[in-house]
Amino acid sequence: MKIKYTLGSIFKYASLILGAFAAIIPIMIVFFASFKTGGEYTTTGPLTPPMDWLNFENYKRAFVEGNMLTGFKNTIIILTISIVGTTIIGSMVAYVLNRFKFKGSKLIIGAFLLATLIPGVTTQVATFQIVNSLGLFNTIWAAVVLYLGTDIIAIYIFLQFMNSISDSLDESAMLDGASYFTIYRKIILPLLKPAIVTVIIVKGINVYNDFYTPFLYMPKTELHVISTALFKFKGPYGSEWEVISAGIMLAIIPTLIAFLALQKYIYNGLTSGSVK
Amino acid sequence: MFSNLSYKTQRKIIITSFLIVPLALLATFSFLPVANMFWYSFTDWNGYSEKEFIGFENYKTVFVEPDYFRVFAVSLYYFFATFIQMGLALYFATILSFKVRMKNFFKGVLFFPYLLNGVAIGFMFLLFFMPNGGLDTVMDWLGLGNFTTHWLGNPDVINISLAGTSVWRYMGFNFIIFLGAISSIPGEIYEAAEIDGANRWHQFRYIILPSIRIIISLNLILAISGALSAFEIPYIMTGGANGSATFVIQTVDTAFKYGKIGLASAMAVILLFIVIIVTAIQRKYFGEGGD
Repeated sequence: MKIKYTLGSIFKYASLILGAFAAIIPIMIVFFASFKTGGEYTTTGPLTPPMDWLNFENYKRAFVEGNMLTGFKNTIIILTISIVGTTIIGSMVAYVLNRFKFKGSKLIIGAFLLATLIPGVTTQVATFQIVNSLGLFNTIWAAVVLYLGTDIIAIYIFLQFMNSISDSLDESAMLDGASYFTIYRKIILPLLKPAIVTVIIVKGINVYNDFYTPFLYMPKTELHVISTALFKFKGPYGSEWEVISAGIMLAIIPTLIAFLALQKYIYNGLTSGSVK
Repeated sequence: MFSNLSYKTQRKIIITSFLIVPLALLATFSFLPVANMFWYSFTDWNGYSEKEFIGFENYKTVFVEPDYFRVFAVSLYYFFATFIQMGLALYFATILSFKVRMKNFFKGVLFFPYLLNGVAIGFMFLLFFMPNGGLDTVMDWLGLGNFTTHWLGNPDVINISLAGTSVWRYMGFNFIIFLGAISSIPGEIYEAAEIDGANRWHQFRYIILPSIRIIISLNLILAISGALSAFEIPYIMTGGANGSATFVIQTVDTAFKYGKIGLASAMAVILLFIVIIVTAIQRKYFGEGGD
């Protein structure tokens, strides 16, 4: 029994270490390459650490020539508007649909749920024509309206959370003469805070990492976000993998910081956001 | 001012004002595209011309011309990769839900790839799969140097490389969901089982698996729809070259590169139908209260 246990735990730890290696090695190679000079990159193996850990030349080039600065700026703008917008829209819809039963309210809930079944990539062919005819092509509003209008997950999360906020709070506020708007603003919205954190995380990951929306709708260089700015590296730096590596690291670093700082919220957010 | 109105009037105002913008967005960007797509799919529209009704011509093209339908075979690679992804996620979630040293480290490392930007992942693996790149080096170390190939150049392995990248990217998501589901099983159940002499395998087989069955099937269905609509990884890494074009890459190229909006719409409608059928099957067999 004793031996079997040890054998079991050797296998357990070996598999964990192997898994961790598989997860880390691709990132580590990029990390190493980002500090190498052009000559060093071609002459050393991918798993050989760089000679000079303080060689930030590639980062400078990626940041300045590679348009990553614009990318960060646009990503932050779009991220902020989308998150604020989703929170407001999602909480308003959830409040009305959860608290008032009226003709068609079931139908509206159904419509929002149905929309989550439509896979985003497939409808781009037709969505493109609509965005274009509204004059939003090549503006950041293309991304913003698509993130607000097609990613309905926030409404789901808020609707679910509303069930746990007791009606009696609304009723006692009404005895004090509070308007419905005051109830939403002063009671419901503050109590939705845990759900808002979930929405920020789920939405934040989606928007920061999205590629095809900015790629299809905002090809203009000034409108590049992180994804599209990085994607552009493929052409001009085709063979300069040390510069591309620095670009990759620049895209990863904010994610790493956010992950280390918000670990617990991210785990909880994903777990509660995905269970329908 | 608002609060002076009767609750009946307020109710009407708040329902209308809170729903009008979200519903307008939903209609314009979720439902209108689908409706238009159906319409376009019956025309020969190229984006500029008059839309001429041509019946099922586009659908025929997709099914008859092998160039269009063949790409579905590529989905099979992603489809099989899905099972490997689920298996790994379930395995790691199970062992990490018991006592393990450095649990948080392993949990974080295994999950982290899921958070990364798709373009960053694509480029990272271009580097990884390069001749004399990361994978070749690791295989050399392991004495498997003779088995290296052009991972993204050899048409026989390119889709395996790309589907593998996709497993690397998405495994962490399923893993964390499974871990969450397993941790919601009350601890006393294991204790009781241990007293009855159940070993780890019994605990997995008779406690964990039944409790998270629904979550597994839900994730599996999500992953299958994901496999059918695989796009980002292959598009970023190869642009669909060397026989790595997926159905969505083909659709996007047909629409935006060759301007055949009608034909591309028909392809998108077909994909939409498949995804809806898969989801409907899931709802029917594994839906709420299905267990």
